[in-house]
Amino acid sequence: MSRFSNLGDRLYTGEVSYDFVGKRKKWYVISAVLLVVTLAAIIFRGLNLGIEFQGGAKYNIPSTTKSVAEIRDVFTQLGQPSSIVKEVGGERVEVQIPPIEVEAGEALKQDVAEAVEVAADLITVQNVGPSWGADITRTALIGLGVFIILVSIFLAIYFEFRMAIAALIALAHDLILTIGVYAIGGFEVTPATVIGVLTIMGYSLYDTVVIFDKVKENTRGILGQSRFSYQESANLAVNQTLIRSLNTSLSSVLPTLAILIVGAGILRAGTLVDLALALFVGMLVGTYSSIFVAVPALVHMKEQQPEIKSLENRVRSRRKNAGIAVDQVELLETQAPAMGTTTLAAGPRSQPKRAPRSKRKKS
Amino acid sequence: MAAKTKPLRAFIFFVVLTLALGLWAYWPGASTQPRLGLDLQGGSQVILTPQVAEGVVGTLTEDQINQTVEIIRQRVDGFGVAEAEVAVQGTGENAAIVVSVPGENPEGIANLLRQTARLDFRPVLATTTGIPTPAEGVEQVEVPRVPVSADNPDDLVEVYASVDCFTPGVLQGGIPDDPTKYIVTCSQDGAFKYLLEPAFITGDQLTDSAPALPDQGAGGWIVTLSFDSEGGRKLAEASTRLSALPSPQNQFGIVLDGLVQSSPFFSEPILGGSAQIEGNFTVESARQLAQVLKFGALPVSLEIAESSAISPTLGSDQLDAGLIAGLIGLILVAVYLLGYYRLLGVIAILSLALAGVLAWFLFIAFGRSLGFTLTLAGVAGAIVSIGITVDSFVVYFERIRDELREGKSVRVATESGWIRARRTLIAADFVTLLVSIVLYALSVGSVRGFAFTLGIFTVIDLIIAFLFTKPLVTMFGRSRLVNLSSKLTGLRKPLEVKN
Repeated sequence: MSRFSNLGDRLYTGEVSYDFVGKRKKWYVISAVLLVVTLAAIIFRGLNLGIEFQGGAKYNIPSTTKSVAEIRDVFTQLGQPSSIVKEVGGERVEVQIPPIEVEAGEALKQDVAEAVEVAADLITVQNVGPSWGADITRTALIGLGVFIILVSIFLAIYFEFRMAIAALIALAHDLILTIGVYAIGGFEVTPATVIGVLTIMGYSLYDTVVIFDKVKENTRGILGQSRFSYQESANLAVNQTLIRSLNTSLSSVLPTLAILIVGAGILRAGTLVDLALALFVGMLVGTYSSIFVAVPALVHMKEQQPEIKSLENRVRSRRKNAGIAVDQVELLETQAPAMGTTTLAAGPRSQPKRAPRSKRKKS
Repeated sequence: MAAKTKPLRAFIFFVVLTLALGLWAYWPGASTQPRLGLDLQGGSQVILTPQVAEGVVGTLTEDQINQTVEIIRQRVDGFGVAEAEVAVQGTGENAAIVVSVPGENPEGIANLLRQTARLDFRPVLATTTGIPTPAEGVEQVEVPRVPVSADNPDDLVEVYASVDCFTPGVLQGGIPDDPTKYIVTCSQDGAFKYLLEPAFITGDQLTDSAPALPDQGAGGWIVTLSFDSEGGRKLAEASTRLSALPSPQNQFGIVLDGLVQSSPFFSEPILGGSAQIEGNFTVESARQLAQVLKFGALPVSLEIAESSAISPTLGSDQLDAGLIAGLIGLILVAVYLLGYYRLLGVIAILSLALAGVLAWFLFIAFGRSLGFTLTLAGVAGAIVSIGITVDSFVVYFERIRDELREGKSVRVATESGWIRARRTLIAADFVTLLVSIVLYALSVGSVRGFAFTLGIFTVIDLIIAFLFTKPLVTMFGRSRLVNLSSKLTGLRKPLEVKN
């Protein structure tokens, strides 16, 4: 652990620094490949939509002694030849059938209960009308639209326009990859999945906001100097928040992973597992995109600005004039006081050494 | 600088807030458990989407939807199941009515709810209190569900005697009453039962109804009625005939969805096509009756969007799995925080635990006051919130370390680190809050429960960070504990300045 926190120090000072932003072409390629693969899967394989979206009925039959094949036969005999039967753990069997009238569905439940020798009120039935799923999807999309507009306004005001765009690019990246995992794995998409994806939206932006906040802090007043470029400052911000990103992701992923494992072990399917899967994938992708997509995209856009371009030129010519390549450590050492907190950092610098020591001697 | 913060004051405020919430949650005599949603306790849920009936031009109004909900509520209450619940989500075209009946599954609840309600005016043949009046020697018949209809009033005498309006299940309504037949039914509150003639006016002949105060102001609130030409003619006919009869045959029953809403009597023939009902109305009761009359026979048809019956065992399995997963997740996070942040980790775990306690209080209190139910999606929202809550501490603690690296003392670092972390926290939590508000406002069903839980936890996160974690860290920074080795405190000593 102490080695780990030492790493934190070295990341902060820039002694150890990973060039996240400089190698952005590499990350772009990785993300692009992933996006192409998932988009292809979404388009060609399609999503396995649950009955909530296409209509149909689902019967959850507990503690029956009948096998899956026997239950399929029961449904076929009752006039439901196209049923999908699967075991879902906890000695339960789940049967999915095409849309059916409510009365008929109720009658079918009674017949099934008799045939498989289970009390009728122990069978869980979910019957969804065909148009309901379209309604849910539409409201979810409206929600998504409204949210994106509001959050763009907020980000543009709190940060700046380009940061809002970069955050939205990362968001789109996360949503597509998360949904793509469902297409590739053939996992069923349920309302719980929709909830999970909507949460990922919040999480992805949350994570980006935390890192952008540091970028904003590091680049305040950056145009008034010529020691380091925008790219370097942004990269330093990513490095400085790296430990936070790791800690936060672990703290978020661990509970989600627990749901996924416990849920999959005990229940095999159901709301919890559907939700946890979307969250698990989304959180990993969200953490990745904040570092490897959002910040590089931001730097990319910033570097199109004339004033940032001229800054880059000044930095380059200054380093050339100095005759030597500026040492990374030296560069960043001078950077710390210059970054935003000039007055705060400069004043009390000598104080901390004295106070704790004198206290220590007394005790 | 903000070194002059008063941690004790914030702390005391936090304690008072927690105690107040605790008191609100555990108010004597009230339930001390959060209300569980159907997916956790089992039961039936039907989601109905109201639509303008075929052949009717226009869109649904808020009043029409409210009236539909009232009718459904009346039917659901008739089941005699405690805690049955009817809620509207969304508005206008997107409105959905969610009916939840916990516990045992009444058969065919979905069908019962789908029936379109009727409004009829029927002359009263007989009325008495709502308890059975079995005649000597008559065999006890099974208590029937009202309304019971027949072509001939003589066939209904026995039923009329045996009806018990106080038996649960009798007042279910939802049985379409044929306006051309005689019926036996009860008043909505079960206080009276009625034997009624075929309808003389049906709801579609009523054009308007409103509460009013007569000009003279005497006699209090009244309800005015106006009819179309045919309704007016029938009203004139019926009032002329009935007003001459003795009580109770001079009364007529206003029957909505099979139950009598009101049974005024005619004091005189009414010839003008408009009438008024007088009585001991309050503003509220006059408004209610007028609404029943105005929208009584709704041009609204109900589509069953989704109906589900969840067995209680499946629900509790899911709840158990959720709780076990949550606990394991919490323990893992706690171990990690302790290992990485040491003493600061203890503060983080305390904060997390308190966030859980506050959430529990709010679940109970909101369950009682706002009808909030904890669903599986909500449980998942809570587990997800662990990560977002922990992040607040991680951001703050990492900021403190940053400050230490810049050579500040622990005491100063806890303050200046907070100033920087605070801004990040507010911005990030604002985004999460935005997600939950938008989702809550625009969605239906389980998404809503999830959004609500996420919102609660985001607000709690801010409260805990500002009023608990920060003051505690400040006190810690000022205490002697700081002088323990960095391995114990989780705070590294300032870096040696390099040369």
